[in-house]
Amino acid sequence: MDYSDLIEKLLNGNSRAVARLITLVENDIKAAENIVKAIYSHTGNAYILGITGSPGSGKSTFISTITKLFAEQGKKIGIICVDPTSPITGGAILGDRIRMKDNFSLKNVFIRSMANRGQLGGLARATEDAVKILDAFGCDIIIVETVGVGQSEVDIFKSAHTVIVLLVPGSGDDIQAIKAGIMEITDIFVVNKMDLAGSDKKIADVMQMLELRMNYKYESENHEENNMLKLKWTPEIIKVNSITGENFEPLSELINKHRKFLKDSGVSEIYQKNRIKSETLQILKHKISQKVEGLIHSNPTIDEYLRLVMDKSLDPYSMANLIIKLLGIE
Amino acid sequence: MIENRKIKVLVCKPGLDGHDRGAKVLARALRDAGMEVIYTGLHQTPDMIVQTVLQEDPDAVMLSMLSGAHKALCPVIMDKLKENEIDDVLVSVGGIIPEEDKPFLEEHGLKGFYGPGTELKTIVEFVKNNLKR
Repeated sequence: MDYSDLIEKLLNGNSRAVARLITLVENDIKAAENIVKAIYSHTGNAYILGITGSPGSGKSTFISTITKLFAEQGKKIGIICVDPTSPITGGAILGDRIRMKDNFSLKNVFIRSMANRGQLGGLARATEDAVKILDAFGCDIIIVETVGVGQSEVDIFKSAHTVIVLLVPGSGDDIQAIKAGIMEITDIFVVNKMDLAGSDKKIADVMQMLELRMNYKYESENHEENNMLKLKWTPEIIKVNSITGENFEPLSELINKHRKFLKDSGVSEIYQKNRIKSETLQILKHKISQKVEGLIHSNPTIDEYLRLVMDKSLDPYSMANLIIKLLGIE
Repeated sequence: MIENRKIKVLVCKPGLDGHDRGAKVLARALRDAGMEVIYTGLHQTPDMIVQTVLQEDPDAVMLSMLSGAHKALCPVIMDKLKENEIDDVLVSVGGIIPEEDKPFLEEHGLKGFYGPGTELKTIVEFVKNNLKR
């Protein structure tokens, strides 16, 4: 199928074309490949902001408020909200727009809801491609809201420039704060609902955790990585009220500070390289696993191997090595 | 060709109607039938609804109206969809729709008109069988 008409409309700023292209990349991975090939040279201008946090921490309300602020600064904003798909029926309720009512009518804001369709890690398979479409559409800022995360839905850190984690007062003690996972990928901690009791305690917990982390000396064998560690960003922390908008001005300054840090330190380039690496790896995994599946179901040699494994004269690891040889990608 | 297509439905409460239990029950039934359902919340203006359709690209829009404003709001929504060249989306209105208003709404391209007491599977089947794409 030819998508050049839609892509031309997208590049001319047509919202309907954006929506259709996102549907295509969601539904059809072959279409995604062709669309990304066609628009890739038009991407790379948007600043990508990842918002994550546990269910009910106020992500959608927070995004609504910060979007208003960016819109006042004259920015064009794209928002992608990911919600979970039911593992039983495959259906999903996408309810993030409810909290973003104020932004529906803003001309420069494009909001898209997305079901994760069973993908782990907090995003959908198509999220990164949808980000590219919004980038080519000319968005200055793209905000990605992950599903309400637990402690290891950290994929956002591979695709965003700045990761903001929302915390709420009174949730979990300081042990929660030193667990691995989302606490390690954060650039800015936001304690939302600052009017509730315990917001200062929450800030103290996080600060303590950050101090522990800074005292931990880690030397990598990789020279590049070592240089990056020297340039390490110390996560910022701030409390806000997403309903009244209190403290959003200083928060927006913190985001700018992080953005400037990425640029000035050169870390931005390292991040970008890592992002492309991990994305390519994803694509390769998908393509190779499709090939392998095709092979396993059609090649008669596989049946011979299976029999050998069943007779215990071959083991599954050795069989895997033989299949790699069959594929010719050793 | 389409490897992973899901039916995407937008459930909306247009106007000043503040009662959305029915809309939520419907959203859940459609979800349980394997569809991706966007619920926008209460008090949607025609502009907000059309903007949402434009951005979310749903296959169907289900308007839930109990306020009696369907004759005023539905034609406006349909006109604005047309203005934006959206003609391949199933638009349905349900809730409290008197029998005598149905021909008027049908003329404007609306379908469905399911009211209280309708079995949920009837509506699920209706959506599946009336998609325009």
